[in-house]
Amino acid sequence: MKLTVNGKVTETEAPALGEFLAEQHVKSPDQVSIELNGRILRREEYGGITLSEGDQIEFFYFMGGGRGTH
Amino acid sequence: MELTDLQIERYSRHIILEQVGLAGQERLLAARVLIVGAGGLGSPAALYLAAAGVGTIGIVDADTVDITNLQRQIAHRTADLGREKVLSAAEKMVAINPDITVNTHRLFLQADNITEVIADYDFIIDGTDNFAAKFLINDACHFSRKPYVHAGILRFEGQMLTVLPGETACLRCVFGGPPPPGAVPSCSQAGVLGVLAGVLGALQATEAVKHALRQGELLTNALLKYNALDLSFRRVPLRRNPHCPLCGDAPTIGELHDEALPLCDLKETRP
Repeated sequence: MKLTVNGKVTETEAPALGEFLAEQHVKSPDQVSIELNGRILRREEYGGITLSEGDQIEFFYFMGGGRGTH
Repeated sequence: MELTDLQIERYSRHIILEQVGLAGQERLLAARVLIVGAGGLGSPAALYLAAAGVGTIGIVDADTVDITNLQRQIAHRTADLGREKVLSAAEKMVAINPDITVNTHRLFLQADNITEVIADYDFIIDGTDNFAAKFLINDACHFSRKPYVHAGILRFEGQMLTVLPGETACLRCVFGGPPPPGAVPSCSQAGVLGVLAGVLGALQATEAVKHALRQGELLTNALLKYNALDLSFRRVPLRRNPHCPLCGDAPTIGELHDEALPLCDLKETRP
């Protein structure tokens, strides 16, 4: 099935979001916020989401800044 | 406010722009912008806003200049090592443009002081380097109804979001709250391309200038994703999240609080 992920068409066999995250090497759901078809998902929802052809998925990653080593 | 002949010359490339003109330049000179963090993002923002003639610029930072900063924090020079960042940055800003007033705030923003600091400003730039500060700024701007622009950078990527509190999606609409300790590396662990901070910091300054000029469209209800390796900019539409703990339908955050610093950062600050 084809999904649009971060603006790029992506082919996947993953039937559900959990498997898809593993396929995308997202190790922990805590690392990312996910927008599915324009709606930000709650993290507790990730396990229960089934994917459908044409779904639009956007990953938002936490980005801080250049905190130094001092 | 009447511009002097010298000011008309200094700002001539602005004034000639139809969307700026004399009136716009006067708005910039009357504008009050707070930059939180005199680091990678804050440096270019501070220098450009000073050059643009933003009349009052506040700059907040408790740190001193460290040699690892100089790869990207362009307000500071090698000779500034060990100096207070706010003083080092203020000196460069006033050297570019003696028209402006720079207020230095040498402190860490916390729940008990942020409201007072941001009260004097019309627009806030988040140039901080840690999640606790980023969410604190988001929350304080919400409660004080101050427009602000978030940015974050890591490795070769950056992101940005402008928030008009109570009207447009906020940082918590997207992320809820800070990541748990250790879930996300910091730049000192993962690295960051120096010039990336320049790109994002200059974009944040652009938002502050547009806000002062009341021109164009701010980056609201959209998160900008920038990837330096692909040279791609994507503006991802967002909407306010009804489950947002701060500005959603049933908010759970009713007052300011300090988020714990992630463990990886605590480790870094140990001698």
